[in-house]
Amino acid sequence: MTAREIRNFLIAAGLLALCALLPVYGSPYWLTMGTTMAMFAVLATSWALFSGPTHYISLATAAFFGVGTFVTGLGFQALPFWALPLIAAGIGAVLAALVGLVTLRLSGVYFVIFTLGMAEMVRQVVTWVQNQTGHRGMYVLTSITEREIYWMLLGLGALVYLLGWLIGRSRLGFALRIIGNDETVAKHSGIDTALAKVALFMVPGAVAAATGAMLAPRYIYIEPATAFAPLLSFQVVIMALLGGTGRLWGPVAGVIPFTLLWEVITRQAPNQTLLLLGLAFLLIVYVLPGGFVGLWDRLRRRYGGHG
Amino acid sequence: MSRTILEARNVTKRFGGLVAVSDVSFDVTEHEVMGIIGPNGSGKSTMINMISGSFAPSSGSIRLRGAELAGKPAHKVARLGVGRTFQLVRLLPELSVIENVMAGAAFGHRRRWGHEAEHFARSLLERLGLGQATGMPVSALTYIDTKRVELARALAGDPKVLLLDEWLAGLNPTELSTGIALIRSLREEGRTIILVEHVMDAIRSLCDRCVVMSSGAKIAEGTPAEVLSDREVIRAYLGDGDA
Repeated sequence: MTAREIRNFLIAAGLLALCALLPVYGSPYWLTMGTTMAMFAVLATSWALFSGPTHYISLATAAFFGVGTFVTGLGFQALPFWALPLIAAGIGAVLAALVGLVTLRLSGVYFVIFTLGMAEMVRQVVTWVQNQTGHRGMYVLTSITEREIYWMLLGLGALVYLLGWLIGRSRLGFALRIIGNDETVAKHSGIDTALAKVALFMVPGAVAAATGAMLAPRYIYIEPATAFAPLLSFQVVIMALLGGTGRLWGPVAGVIPFTLLWEVITRQAPNQTLLLLGLAFLLIVYVLPGGFVGLWDRLRRRYGGHG
Repeated sequence: MSRTILEARNVTKRFGGLVAVSDVSFDVTEHEVMGIIGPNGSGKSTMINMISGSFAPSSGSIRLRGAELAGKPAHKVARLGVGRTFQLVRLLPELSVIENVMAGAAFGHRRRWGHEAEHFARSLLERLGLGQATGMPVSALTYIDTKRVELARALAGDPKVLLLDEWLAGLNPTELSTGIALIRSLREEGRTIILVEHVMDAIRSLCDRCVVMSSGAKIAEGTPAEVLSDREVIRAYLGDGDA
């Protein structure tokens, strides 16, 4: 490791420790906010691992997340809680591999529409199964507290960052960047583009499912309409793009301001949250094409900073 | 005695009712530069695309040292040892010059990674006269330099056969002589090259042998001097009146 990497590691570890202390010094209100932020940070960062380099915009986050919550809903009485996110991650990865295999030939807007449709289909299937068995929703009554959820999410977040760092310096990460630039060149350079895409698409699938499994106790009552709400997929995309997908720390730079703003708007004008989503999208497209990361890089270039 | 490295046998490609390449056979020997020439629409690029695995022939076989290429996906063909450039230059715009070349080194026929790939990419760029440009974004390059980067990327995988699809097209006269000298130096290194080309000067000075195609069929094969004086070839290029 270079000196620079060691420095970045120390900074990351310090920030993580600071975040981990939030339940100790923060009020319950800030713990709730922190949990929401940690959730979106995990989802958006893992989303960007795949969609950042490839430019394949996936709207399937809600499907994986929902599957995760249902894993907890169905399993929390029979299994120890720590096993549930692991099982959810496994199911999420398999589901992502299946989706990847089907969507291999799709690119651009077709991939976007397919993933949105897929999420909706999973929700409908779960609803149908529940109707067949005479259920509506499920109560998830556990002794898991908010601070435990928060710490679990932080742990998962650290794992995602570590994984992202490892992928970034691996052949797989390089292959994905080449694919995102020109898939034809990628193939003719010897990259098995299908395999690379499926392999990396499994990461956000597994992480989103694990996140859902961890958060299920927070909702107490889960049903398909809320667990698979498509809004979540859009929030994750907007936050990741607002922060920028060019760097590992990008998405989190979008998550924090967006979550705070979302909270303010939800309290002041609950019906206008979708407006915020739309405005943020316009802002990204017209003003911040590379997100905050792109802005940061441009400013650094202009003012000759370093580091 | 040189060995045959690539052999095409009875290769045919149909697009619906259109026969783009019809029953074409030829051999390429090691360390040779072979030209595929012919008028526009004669099936040259289709032939190159089939060799590189962009698409599969409708029938026939293409073998590289005995290994069948026909029907294999492009990434497998590349790993078996076929490198190519594109008729319209394709670079990776978000990557730097050296990363563009490393892309070829990391996944190609002979794979390199990390410092080794970087070192190899740098030496290739220096070899092709782009030593100062390694860290530049590709958007800052001149036209011939984009072609050099693409060539370096194709070479970075250490291919057994290099396919150049109109690599000299669009260059001005000065650049053209530079370009021809560059390909000649590759030839002197002992590389095996198949080039599709329209520039006659380049064909005469570079090719050991040529295959001439017209309307999808092979109509002549031989040294450039032989094929360019062939009546059939002249007729294909210039029409009946001049033959």
